[in-house]
Amino acid sequence: MLDIPFTIGGRSFHSRLMVGTGKYRDNDTMARAIEASGAEIVTVAVRRVDLDRTKEEGVLYHLDAKRYFLLANTAGCYAAEDAVRYARLAREAGFNEFIKLEVIGDQETLLPDVQGLLVAAQTLVAEGFKVLAYTNEDLVTALRLEDAGCAAVMPLASPIGSGLGLLNPFGVRTIKRRLKVPVVVDAGVGTASDACLTMEQGVDGILMNTALAAARDPVAMARAMRLAVEAGRTAYLAGRMPKREVAVPSSPLEGMLD
Amino acid sequence: MNDMVDVTVNGEPRAVARGATLLELLESLALDPRAVVVEHNRTIVRRPRLAAVTVAPGDAIELVHFVGGG
Repeated sequence: MLDIPFTIGGRSFHSRLMVGTGKYRDNDTMARAIEASGAEIVTVAVRRVDLDRTKEEGVLYHLDAKRYFLLANTAGCYAAEDAVRYARLAREAGFNEFIKLEVIGDQETLLPDVQGLLVAAQTLVAEGFKVLAYTNEDLVTALRLEDAGCAAVMPLASPIGSGLGLLNPFGVRTIKRRLKVPVVVDAGVGTASDACLTMEQGVDGILMNTALAAARDPVAMARAMRLAVEAGRTAYLAGRMPKREVAVPSSPLEGMLD
Repeated sequence: MNDMVDVTVNGEPRAVARGATLLELLESLALDPRAVVVEHNRTIVRRPRLAAVTVAPGDAIELVHFVGGG
């Protein structure tokens, strides 16, 4: 079955699965998991260099920046101006003008501050950024982000790192139906069935990190997620049968013996 | 006259040679200028200009790079 290309901000990708690089037990596992996931878009964070060299070197020592499309995030930012600052630093450090914009509003849930998100998105779009905005599954916010010029809108499946799966399929489906820009579900996917169910809603892609990094076998889970995203996408394109409350026999009623 | 000036690098106080450039600061920290982004008093200084900007007392300098994240 022919799929339309997955295009964000004028760039096309084959894989609809995007993965993060945080929280892996070691860099070798991370590199092998990302490879097994088939992802082309890989997220990174901007942080201070460790001047004492007690911690590990930057992630680019372990990832081929020519092979992967690096998508920097503004994770950890609680104010629009902080997110804008991090985005500018990321653009300088990086290889492209794409930014995964996060403006967090609550420490416990890491839910987005949609007001700050909109302000930051407007500023960054005006500066030429391709903004992928991490948001909740609220349609009106998603519409505002699209109006602000975001290249993609990224509603959550459930809170970051929670692994609770897709809590609001209706909300995500509604956003996908109403927006013209790509909708990529970001955060909360826990296992392959979550990824499959999410893609069956018709969204353009999924971004996940902890589901791989915190799996007992991240490389195997990465492969499962690749298959699940493909399965969910293909099932969406195939068009599922209608649900019925009564059984309908699959075998002919005629030709039964007396 | 003291030949060192006090600045803040990544939130930590540090003494650097008076008149040192940002590039010299990176060299003194054994950092590859291609691997870090330099923010000098909240303004990003691009690589070609690192040798042209001199550090002054009280300056706040941030040196950042990409780390693992989601």
